[in-house]
Amino acid sequence: MDEIDQLTPLDPAYVKVLRIVSGIFAIILIIGAGALEFTQLAPMGLIVTPVILLTAYCVWVIPQRRYNRWGYSAGSDRLRIVRGYLFYSDTVVPYGRIQHMDVDQGPIERPYGLATFSAHTAGTHGSTIVLPGLPHADALALRERIRDYIKQANA
Amino acid sequence: MSEQIAEAIVAEPLAAGEGERTAPLGLLIGFVTGIPQLIFPMLAALFGTRGTGVATPLIIGAVLLISLLFRWIGWLRFRFHLDEDDIRIEQGLINRSVRSIPYDRIQDVSIEQPVLAQLFSLGEVKFETGGGEGEDAKLSYVSMERAEALRATIRARKAEAADTVEVEQATFVREAPPIFAMDNNRLITLGLYSFSLVIFAVLGGLAQQFDFLLPFDFWDFKHWIGMAEERGVSIDGISTSARIIGAVFALLALVALGFATGVVRTVLKEYGFRLDRTERGFRRRRGLLTKTDVVMPVNRVQAANIVTGPIRKRRGWHALKFVSLAQDSKEESDYMAAPLAKLDEIWPIMAETGIMPPSADTEFQRGHFRWWVKDFAIVIPIVLAAMAAVVIFTEISFATSLLLFFIPLILLLASALQWRKFGYGEDASRLYVRQGWWQQQLTILPQVRVQSVEIAQGPLARMTGLVTMHFGIAGGTLELFAIPRETAEAIRDRVLAIAAPVDFSNA
Repeated sequence: MDEIDQLTPLDPAYVKVLRIVSGIFAIILIIGAGALEFTQLAPMGLIVTPVILLTAYCVWVIPQRRYNRWGYSAGSDRLRIVRGYLFYSDTVVPYGRIQHMDVDQGPIERPYGLATFSAHTAGTHGSTIVLPGLPHADALALRERIRDYIKQANA
Repeated sequence: MSEQIAEAIVAEPLAAGEGERTAPLGLLIGFVTGIPQLIFPMLAALFGTRGTGVATPLIIGAVLLISLLFRWIGWLRFRFHLDEDDIRIEQGLINRSVRSIPYDRIQDVSIEQPVLAQLFSLGEVKFETGGGEGEDAKLSYVSMERAEALRATIRARKAEAADTVEVEQATFVREAPPIFAMDNNRLITLGLYSFSLVIFAVLGGLAQQFDFLLPFDFWDFKHWIGMAEERGVSIDGISTSARIIGAVFALLALVALGFATGVVRTVLKEYGFRLDRTERGFRRRRGLLTKTDVVMPVNRVQAANIVTGPIRKRRGWHALKFVSLAQDSKEESDYMAAPLAKLDEIWPIMAETGIMPPSADTEFQRGHFRWWVKDFAIVIPIVLAAMAAVVIFTEISFATSLLLFFIPLILLLASALQWRKFGYGEDASRLYVRQGWWQQQLTILPQVRVQSVEIAQGPLARMTGLVTMHFGIAGGTLELFAIPRETAEAIRDRVLAIAAPVDFSNA
């Protein structure tokens, strides 16, 4: 069990992906705040300034922190994913319980060569575990590894 | 692996002479049970044509006829065929669809008999593959003999042994005694424990839906009082003692109605409850108007729940339910194996699935009480804010606003009760969790059945240093909470050491 105590960090480029995603939300929020400002319901800058400060924090500081807290380890017979500080979660799934797996690549991940790996179990709670921010090749390798394990177990 | 959970595959259409139809009388049952759905089209047609007295019966007749015609065409176009290794169902008016369900994917064949179907001794056969939700295919109404034979054949084909057909059919003739059954006395007892005031919700809902049909306003109490006065009864004239007696009678009537509702609902659902142990699993038959006959294969049982309440526990009554991917019915997600039984009746049923009760030396650990206290970090500020709001914006004095502290006090009592009832334990192969005061539940989970383990901690829990553990189960979930993180990690390592080496991905 020692082997899964050592966590592998995600690809550092994933911080950028997280920034872009929260950046998109930030732009929407700032446009909304700008529209409110335009109606001049409140004194100049009373809405826009805090919104900009808040979104800057969410875009600049939080992605790095989330990245730092994320880690995974693929042991010989189980996968462990740890994430979150405020909402900490540490999930372990034995390979023998995985029903099927996906490797997805979204439009923001693609330029950075990243992919999201997800595995589905038959369980009702937490039946899907998701591991984003892997280099595409690593995600495929992880999938192959688990597939080989299941094949051998069923042989 | 995704091909492991193959969906029903679109297959070759049936040959011309191949396949059989469902029972023609079933058409009639579908038509009659479908009539309530036709009321709105009828009303629409009536309003649309501004139907006069003569047109009304014509329109109603036309709507009924069209519905019957469509059902008849649907019936004509529906055929099923039991092939070498799958059952194929062909249906559809315009789009012909052929669904093939391989026998080894069929988890469950159940037979259901609503009232009308019982009259003609017909039954509805449902197949479940465990892939999606609910049944994947059904044959709406074949004769009961055909239904039983279909089930036997499918089971036999599934077992890939042609000669078991005879064996299975023979067992239907000389049936072994059930492993659990409920006589009428016990049925009524269960009904009394199922006290329910749901009838008022139903009546209230109906009154609200259809109050436009009533010639008076249902909620106009002055009208009711007025009616009483017309009959010579005056509210003011009634003495205090008479009022008290009236209130007591009203209360008694309420209680009686609650018990009656419970008994009626229970009798309708659980009448003739009988659980058999067949070759493959449990077979449960129950129901008064709608009879159901459901088989639960033993190897699909993931965990057992033993449920009781503070009152029925005094008499030693418990219920046994099995957790599995199959959904029992709309309102119950777990398979009810014994609705009202003593523990020494429950253990043998449970033992059939290989799940054993906790032994006497199994130690149950309690959660740390601070887990329940942590929520007050939110509750207390809210109460204080409410007090401030009440004092500032209303006439209520500060002393009176202190009454608001009754809310956290009651919550604290409830927390203490939950803390006292919550406990978890483990042995070499199983996890045990008991919890609840009104709904007391003991869950027994074989550790090999664990699908995933998550250790989670929210911001409030962080202050206490305690965590929640979620165990993923196929068809359910099990939670352990109020435990230190190190304990949780130790439990996880022990559970996974048992679960991980066993491959269950296709179980």
